[in-house]
Amino acid sequence: MPPRLRGHPLADLHFGDDQPTEAEQAAIDAIVPQANAASIVETERIVRGGRSRRHGLRHLLLPVLHSLQHEIGWISPGGLNGAAERLGVPPAEAYGVATFYELLRTADPGHRDDVVHVCVDPACALAGNNELRTTLDADGARVHDSPCLGQCERAPALFVQGVGRPDRVPADDNEEFQLPQAGDPGLRVLRRVGVVDPTSLESYREHGGYEALATAIEMGPDAVIAVISDSGLSGRGGAAFPTGIKWRAVADEPGADKHVVANCDESEPGTFKDRILCEQDPFAVIESMTIAGLATGASHGWIYIRGEYPRATARLESAIAQARASGLLGDDVAGSGQRFDIELRRGAGAYICGEETALFNSIEGFRGEPRNKPPFPTTHGLFSQPTAVNNPETLINALDIVIDGPDTYRSLGTERSPGTRLFCLSGRIGVPGLYEVPFGTPLGDLLDLAGGPVGSLAAVLLGGAAGVFVGPDSLDMPLTLEDTREASATLGSGVVTVFDDTVDMEAVVVRIAEFFRDESCGQCVPCRVGTQRQHEVLVELQGSDKPLTKQRSELIDDMALAMVDASICGLGHTAASAVRSALSLGLIGNSQ
Amino acid sequence: MSGAITETAVTIRVDGQEVAVPEGATILDACDAAGVETPTICYGPTLTPVNVCRLCVVELDGSRALVPSCSRPAEEGMVVHTDSERVRHSRKMVLEFLTTGVDVSQADELGQWAEHYGADPSRYVPGGETMDEPVRVQDNLYIRDYDKCVLCYRCVEACGDDAQHTYAISVAGRGFGARISAEFDVTLPESACVYCGNCVAVCPTNALQFKTEFDLRQADDWRPEDQTVTQTVCSYCGVGCNLELHVQDNQIVKCTSPDDHDVTSGNLCIKGRFGWNYV
Repeated sequence: MPPRLRGHPLADLHFGDDQPTEAEQAAIDAIVPQANAASIVETERIVRGGRSRRHGLRHLLLPVLHSLQHEIGWISPGGLNGAAERLGVPPAEAYGVATFYELLRTADPGHRDDVVHVCVDPACALAGNNELRTTLDADGARVHDSPCLGQCERAPALFVQGVGRPDRVPADDNEEFQLPQAGDPGLRVLRRVGVVDPTSLESYREHGGYEALATAIEMGPDAVIAVISDSGLSGRGGAAFPTGIKWRAVADEPGADKHVVANCDESEPGTFKDRILCEQDPFAVIESMTIAGLATGASHGWIYIRGEYPRATARLESAIAQARASGLLGDDVAGSGQRFDIELRRGAGAYICGEETALFNSIEGFRGEPRNKPPFPTTHGLFSQPTAVNNPETLINALDIVIDGPDTYRSLGTERSPGTRLFCLSGRIGVPGLYEVPFGTPLGDLLDLAGGPVGSLAAVLLGGAAGVFVGPDSLDMPLTLEDTREASATLGSGVVTVFDDTVDMEAVVVRIAEFFRDESCGQCVPCRVGTQRQHEVLVELQGSDKPLTKQRSELIDDMALAMVDASICGLGHTAASAVRSALSLGLIGNSQ
Repeated sequence: MSGAITETAVTIRVDGQEVAVPEGATILDACDAAGVETPTICYGPTLTPVNVCRLCVVELDGSRALVPSCSRPAEEGMVVHTDSERVRHSRKMVLEFLTTGVDVSQADELGQWAEHYGADPSRYVPGGETMDEPVRVQDNLYIRDYDKCVLCYRCVEACGDDAQHTYAISVAGRGFGARISAEFDVTLPESACVYCGNCVAVCPTNALQFKTEFDLRQADDWRPEDQTVTQTVCSYCGVGCNLELHVQDNQIVKCTSPDDHDVTSGNLCIKGRFGWNYV
């Protein structure tokens, strides 16, 4: 269906005098005519709880800004005006969106060189990111400090943001991919990773690909949701929400204007699992999304992926194109008579956009600010329509469940945490990398599987910056949802960052606090100011040789409680958890 | 709503007291109905709630985190606590957070609430980040002093969806560095601003001020206690907007319109808001 292009939805928008250059106009035009099958050209959006507003092409704002950034090297006033006018978006709002993202620049850099992003988060700090930075600086590179780039298993990480040239990750060219557990017959989610040719639909089919979709079509939506529910599959992004309940809720909403979103925006420091899944098994992401679409009756699929993942993006795009060409996406998916197609969107450097409602706003062309819940995404999600959001690990689990039934899935793991779980091991560990073990595996066994801690173990950060530190006395803790909750810990997104006793833990904790300060969207007061003040307290502590005072300790607790209780979203809710666990374990805060 | 004569009522408990409110009303409405005073700053009676300041949070039985009363619809059987330890704590912290980074000296209500909840901004690390913005004086109609800005979004909403549909300003940047801004922070005359002044009308902290008020304050001659307010009807067109002319020393110093006026809901256009020099 061709896009219905109309005049500006807001006819009296005012644009400044700055005009786009020819190159800028070309960068804009390269995006806007594209409106593939899954595009929503005209939408009605409920704005913050009441009023509605028409937004014709606004959902193309972020892709257009990406295009300008990539071709020109920054978003100039003329470029912004051109984009805003073409899309019918007020320029002030377009500027608000452009300034939200780390990968977009709104000040003239004065050059057209590529920008080299160097990760400053814990795993890369342990692996010598400072030395790397010094070398790059000496070579005259345009270096930019970056939060976690999702390559912690091959730290220190680099990401090169191209101007006029493709983005690239140098490590992609230099290393052959090798899964540490390659050949292990116990692998389920990782079974095809490193085995299948990720660029070939043919190869995917040879490894059992698309059998699950055929089975799902035969079973019908209700039976598919029933086996997912019976399996006890829960979300792997951190919140562990039961997948079957989510799919059921979306399926129960009327109409076909519903969405399935694959949340590939993992940005939790220490997380790289979804990058590897998308790079090494992209068809599995596409197939499982399609099953979710048919099961929930959604006809629109979206992949929202980190802007720092060029290879995963290319492989997913290729997989979508091949699936579409083979009738596995489109108006009649694999002869099912149902419509489902997928559009891919790139994030632009914002941790908060992994929060599902911020992700919706980002796709819709608004600032990536989370929405208050309720209403929940299952009724008011993307474009205010019913939406199921899952991450790749969760989705791929559904494939085997559909084929083998829930009992096989439940034969691994524990009663309340069935199945297997991916863990991202990094830091002071023998063989960093992505591992899959059954839920319930003790932490110490997981570390041993990865070659054991290097040096004398001091602490493990479970769940990333939003997680908690645990000490060497927790090695017996079974890695399940229930056991970690009991221990006031979390599995989060499966991050396991290992620290030995030579690590400056104060620096690590200050960096975690800085991460939250930098990544807070700024919308709600508890998080916007709380993350700032928390960082200030820790910087003060770092600069002093005295132990944390009672007053400061109380202040940290008071701020934490307000962030947990009164913030809008999970970022604020978890912004103090690692800090407080470091204090209670005595990793920081003592006299040196 | 057409043809509906009777409203469905929902009954909720606020601090142990049963109150009935019409369906669609918020918890804040129910608190008002119960006579429970609630601190707010981003909430405005003429604006769609954006629930960002978190000052109006209440404890709702069955909810893990506190909920913003301004935007959460009241549902039958809800049990709400507005004065629990958790509520008092979060309100106090929000007030401390606001007063540590922002000049709230002209936000009277905020100061009263800060006292009420025992907020103590002095217990933070000395020299912490503040808004640190110069006053923007770019024309003769109104000024923007973002040192006083609490980022309540009210001006953005009034300029945009809630009243004017001009969209001259937005929130730009992220986190503590977020600021209200036109594109590339251009001056207001260069921006889409139409000088309706509806942003000034909804600003809760005086970050947006009439230039007349700003000049008098600079001269240390702003005397609200000596001012009178004269109600009249705007003489420019036939719409019939009510004006409230604030007069000091026989000079008009600013102009507002009542929030509850049928025609304006507090909003005016450039002529009504600023075009009174001829008087």
